[in-house]
Amino acid sequence: MDLRKYVDKIKPAFEEGGKFAALHSTFDAFETFLYVPNTRTSKGSHVRDCNDLKRVMIIMVLALMPALIFGMFNVGYQRVDGPEYTILQNFWYGFLKVLPIIIVSYVVGLSIEFASSQIRKEEVNEGFLVTGMLIPMIVPVGTPLWMVALATAFSVVVCKEVFGGTGMNIFNPALVARAFIFFSYTASISGENVWFADNVDGHSGATALSQWADTGATQYSVCDALIGTIPGCIGETSTIAILLGALLLIATGVASWRIMLSVFAGGLAMGLVFNAIGANAYMQVPAWQHLIYGGFAFGAVFMATDPVTAAQTNTGKWIYGFMIGVLAVLIRLVNPGYPEGMMMAILFMNGIAPLIDHYVVDANIRRRNKRVKLAK
Amino acid sequence: MSKIIKLKKGLDLRLVGEAEKTLDTLAMSEYYAVYPTDFEGVTPKLLVKVGDKVKAGTPLFFNKYKQEVLFSSPVSGEVSAINRGEKRKVLSVVVKADAVQEYENFEIKPLEKCSSEDVKSVLLSAGLWPMIIQRPYGIIADPADTPKAIFVSGFDSAPLAPDMNFVLKDQLDNLRKGMDVMAKLTAGKVHLSLNAEALGELNKVENAEKHLFQGPHPAGNVGVQIHHIDPISKGEMVWTVGVQDLAIIGRLFNTGKVDMTKIVALTGGEAEKPRYVQVIAGAPVADVVGAQKAEVRIINGNVLTGKTVAYDGYVGFYNNQITMISDNSEYEMLGWAKPVRSKRFSVSKSYFSWLCPKKRYNLDTHLNGGPRAFVVTGLYEQYLPMDIYPLYLLKAILAEDIDKMENLGIYEVVEEDLALCEFVDPSKSEMQEIVRRGINLMIKEN
Repeated sequence: MDLRKYVDKIKPAFEEGGKFAALHSTFDAFETFLYVPNTRTSKGSHVRDCNDLKRVMIIMVLALMPALIFGMFNVGYQRVDGPEYTILQNFWYGFLKVLPIIIVSYVVGLSIEFASSQIRKEEVNEGFLVTGMLIPMIVPVGTPLWMVALATAFSVVVCKEVFGGTGMNIFNPALVARAFIFFSYTASISGENVWFADNVDGHSGATALSQWADTGATQYSVCDALIGTIPGCIGETSTIAILLGALLLIATGVASWRIMLSVFAGGLAMGLVFNAIGANAYMQVPAWQHLIYGGFAFGAVFMATDPVTAAQTNTGKWIYGFMIGVLAVLIRLVNPGYPEGMMMAILFMNGIAPLIDHYVVDANIRRRNKRVKLAK
Repeated sequence: MSKIIKLKKGLDLRLVGEAEKTLDTLAMSEYYAVYPTDFEGVTPKLLVKVGDKVKAGTPLFFNKYKQEVLFSSPVSGEVSAINRGEKRKVLSVVVKADAVQEYENFEIKPLEKCSSEDVKSVLLSAGLWPMIIQRPYGIIADPADTPKAIFVSGFDSAPLAPDMNFVLKDQLDNLRKGMDVMAKLTAGKVHLSLNAEALGELNKVENAEKHLFQGPHPAGNVGVQIHHIDPISKGEMVWTVGVQDLAIIGRLFNTGKVDMTKIVALTGGEAEKPRYVQVIAGAPVADVVGAQKAEVRIINGNVLTGKTVAYDGYVGFYNNQITMISDNSEYEMLGWAKPVRSKRFSVSKSYFSWLCPKKRYNLDTHLNGGPRAFVVTGLYEQYLPMDIYPLYLLKAILAEDIDKMENLGIYEVVEEDLALCEFVDPSKSEMQEIVRRGINLMIKEN
């Protein structure tokens, strides 16, 4: 309670006219983080559900934890040469490599969020709590920190704040950050050297997807892909850890099971189509394996389901998810340049989602208008 | 009897403080009041001044923009105060009640000989016309119109709502008369919706087209019922009337007197003794609730749609319920991160309310967060049992896009229908206010 007294004591300095009025949003963000504010209802319903966006976001972050923790371990496990490490040593090694990326992502992103909330005179939105965790998880561990900082800043400003902040953006901010790195510094997010920390001597090792693209086969077994002991972006390798997160998201209803299911269905369907064509070795890779290698599962569970950028109607969600799965596998198989298709598939469908919703809502409008004609 | 209409969407919010089924009769209070602000869209013009003697049924004011619509005194006595707010807006007209009540006498012809004009003129002059509400818009009906049909909801499904079968058990004759009166006003049918699980006394009202509804709140909302019985399309109009108001209308036609006696349920976790109380409309809230308590919010109506009323305020014109809940709101350290918040309720599975579906909550007025942009999707639809996309409708209203609002169903909803969406909203938006803004915009544009 003493903390509360202290907060109350310093609060006036951050109010309008106070010494630190320019930091009002920042103060407010920290205060409401520490304490659910004592605001009472003034209009409308007198009682309210105790769920708020902070809760929604923290569940998302919790759901990311298995994949993140495993990802840290895997960074150690995949490290370049050196003595044999225990599981804990591997984790600690990875933790020290990944933590700076997380810190950079949060510090850069939150600073911009705080500043723009201050300008708009709004409360700071919680959206970046999730975005800030997603960005480190979808880049290779070798990504330079300045690049992470630049990409985060670009994504928060151009993809989010320009559109009006959390809830208004069209494209998934974490994916935009990754796309920024991908298009601006292609070499540092693809190829064979980026998947390893401290890779000064040019240790190389291709991901399963690029091996597929080259030869139609991969050295990593299905079991490796399920557990996640393969090279890849920090959080995307372990299918099991991702599914643990998916379970939490579905059980709490925080993310849409419709989208997850339909992304997997779409990917499987497209994979089967290519199996049937079977023009080259890559196309003959069993369809279901697409779902567990690369960023497919991570994208389906954590990226495609972002409620702001996904389709918003239930019917729309089925279509949107299915198309992501289809496109991701399509891009993987027919695009010669880059072996991964999930990022582009989701970003593309983010752009299409409002159109899908438009037609779903339009059907509702037509039902209503038909009634008018019947009545006449 | 038609088949049961089963609704799945919605929520029965279980609160403590349900009214015990005992009836207290409130003795005559000293003052009674009418709030012009109870009537949506009405600009009052006064017909009385302080010191005037009035009887029960004497008009106190009329609507400036619909002059034949009168609002009358619920009791006889002397006008003791006319309270005004900013810009001299009339907030309340207070009448000091006589010890012995006198009533205006209204000449009532036998109903079979009445035309719809006769019926309207009685209702208008007695000041009971404002009980008839028009849809779309949820405003007082225009006497010049003839509605497609008239709808009465025979049950209230809101949190802690009064059991209408208990409230109206001695009013069946008045209800039957009221139904006959309504039948005069429309060329179509008069519909009465009942709770399929508790038909009760109201099932004995024969002279109406009955419909059975089953499911959680807002199954009792007349708007939801209309949507499932005969939805309102563009260019159509129906009227609605509250079931207890219908009994008061019936009483007028049975006795020739405006007798605003009604039963309200005193409910809520902070109510001393939750029970049913017989009052005259406009009675002082203090006389109903008993001693004043600090940090308690008194609500004219239910927790979802009611209006806050001061301890020295009065029972509202349309209200059948008074709810008292705690208004003491504290900071809660890291509340949003706690795995369990046993005193609070959430429909979200990220809390554990769903593990105890029978538990009753003593909710306070805590907003439980701060206002945000709409983020979550697929949630609101689960609490509006209509073929309407609530989020798209709300966004159309915010964008003031008249065409879209019309296309997305603004004619079919009023505030109360979106109240549950507002309750569950993690973005803490003011949906009921947005809906009213949209409706007012439609009225202005048409």
